[in-house]
Amino acid sequence: MNDVLLDIRGVTKRFGAVRALDDVSLQLRAGERLALLGHNGAGKTTLFRAILGFIAPDSGSLSIAGHAPGVLQARRTIAFLPENVAFPKALTGREVIALFARLKGEPVSAADDAMARVGLADAADRRSGTYSKGMRQRLGLAQALLGRPRLLVLDEPTSGLDPLSRNDLYAILAEISQSGAAILLSSHSLTEVEAETDRVSIMRSGRVVADASLRSLHQDAGLPIRIRVKASDETIGEVSGTLGGTRLNGASLELLCPASDKMARLAAISRLGEKVIDVDISTPSLDDVYRHFSARDGREDRQ
Amino acid sequence: MIAHIQAIAATEWRIGMRNRWVLLATCLLLLFSLVLAFLGAAPVGEVKAGRLSVTIASLTTLSVYLVPLISLLLTFDTIAGESERGTLPLLLATPVSRSSVIAGKFLGHVAVLALAITVGFGIAGGLVLALYGGTATDIAALVRLTATAIALGAAFCAIGTIISASTRQSGTAAALAIAVWLIAVVLYDLGLLGLLISAGEGTFARTIFPWLLLANPADAFRLYNLSALDLGSTATGIAGAADGLTFPPIVALGVIGLWIIASLTTAIAVFRRVEP
Ligand SMILES: Nc1ncnc2c1ncn2[C@@H]1O[C@H](COP(=O)(O)OP(=O)(O)O)[C@@H](O)[C@H]1O
Ligand SMILES: [Mg+2]
Repeated sequence: MNDVLLDIRGVTKRFGAVRALDDVSLQLRAGERLALLGHNGAGKTTLFRAILGFIAPDSGSLSIAGHAPGVLQARRTIAFLPENVAFPKALTGREVIALFARLKGEPVSAADDAMARVGLADAADRRSGTYSKGMRQRLGLAQALLGRPRLLVLDEPTSGLDPLSRNDLYAILAEISQSGAAILLSSHSLTEVEAETDRVSIMRSGRVVADASLRSLHQDAGLPIRIRVKASDETIGEVSGTLGGTRLNGASLELLCPASDKMARLAAISRLGEKVIDVDISTPSLDDVYRHFSARDGREDRQ
Repeated sequence: MIAHIQAIAATEWRIGMRNRWVLLATCLLLLFSLVLAFLGAAPVGEVKAGRLSVTIASLTTLSVYLVPLISLLLTFDTIAGESERGTLPLLLATPVSRSSVIAGKFLGHVAVLALAITVGFGIAGGLVLALYGGTATDIAALVRLTATAIALGAAFCAIGTIISASTRQSGTAAALAIAVWLIAVVLYDLGLLGLLISAGEGTFARTIFPWLLLANPADAFRLYNLSALDLGSTATGIAGAADGLTFPPIVALGVIGLWIIASLTTAIAVFRRVEP
């Protein structure tokens, strides 16, 4: 396919004894949004550094729109927002963006547009050293918007942001992806990126342990559905005898069943009629799914 | 690429102008120049050398110490600081080349330094000129001193940039910068004098010593300016020892130029190996 903007195949990178990246493969197409999830030390930043050509992998290959990482065409394709973005404190926001506009070959007027787009127009003439964390992040985003990049690479763009700034950031990202750019962002929280991405990849100890849409991620995890049944003191014995499951305190019991058995179990419950007072169904949350992938036999791996 | 170099140089200039430290360096240079021009020259009075010539000789000696120091302090943090504060990845992810980054930063720093030197020497020399008068030769010497001090500063700006690109920590870079200053400006001359005394009159003194002396940009600067001034007896210490050397003064300028080119090339090579 020729619209693959980012093609990572079998990339491995060691730092001494640590395998920061272990046979990582990922593809990203134009207009796609991919969230890269993983605990601290999972290898997200290392992968970004390899994509940007800052470090060379020990083995495997990376290609950015057909170019090797770090070459001029690759750098023109990518816009980057680093983890903990920082700027020269003595420069105003406008001066910072004007510098990046010139480095990216954009007219300096593009700087004002970018500042307005991230809502920093009013603070443009203040020194960036006086900016809050959220404003710095938006300044970083303004920089990334310059020059119509085809691939945005954002390393934990929402860490340390309040929910409101987080929503603003995702709103801008949604706009960008609608214009056809691909977005790769890393995060700690699956719940947070749920509505904001098409696909998620979960990394653990340098390996990609899941790479799928959210829906199929749920299926792959195969986590059971939890059904709580409440009966009365008189009926709980019979209900428990028919349905099985574990008795909870008092007149309740809990059933765990695979998603595919859900309807059959519910039918069995409804056949009990008035003996059951209430039913509560909880499907596994995203946090459960994330925990399942990112921590599964994690201890053995870490050594 | 020129646009990139310009953009980075302009940014360094702007940061330099807003930096209190740079202002302090300029004031310091001006203060020392004024002290030397009006107090240091007093005992000489109106003897055979003009007041301005004597002032220029003093400013030359001052420059040998102060200009490399200011240049190194101006540049030691330029890459290491960006590395430490985390601004480097953002910069290097843009289409700018590493050689443009080095060239831009170098030019920006030299511009800041040139301003400080021109202000310091210009005001001090201008005052002496206004109060005591001076010949066209004197004025030419002042211009020569200012231009060569900027060249000397450029050499040490390039050396400071190498230092900065070779470490990730500002603190380490600062320590290295001070060490380089001590060696180039103090220890090198002491070592040479020691060698000269222990070797005595002979081939070393006549053939090797002059070139060793010239190899140090700070000494090359001093030799060039003092020989051009032709003050003879005013030249003391190691410069006096080098009196009557047989190379044309322009060679000394060539040495400074070589240091600038070699150091910039090295800085670019070192910076290319940095993994942000
Ligand atoms: N320059 C480096 N030298 C040595 N080890 C490193 C270096 N960079 C990263 N690592 C190690 O590689 C692993 C992955 O780190 P990183 O990519 O920063 O993780 P994440 O961004 O997911 O938190 C960690 O164990 C980290 O300690
Ligand atoms: Mg990270």
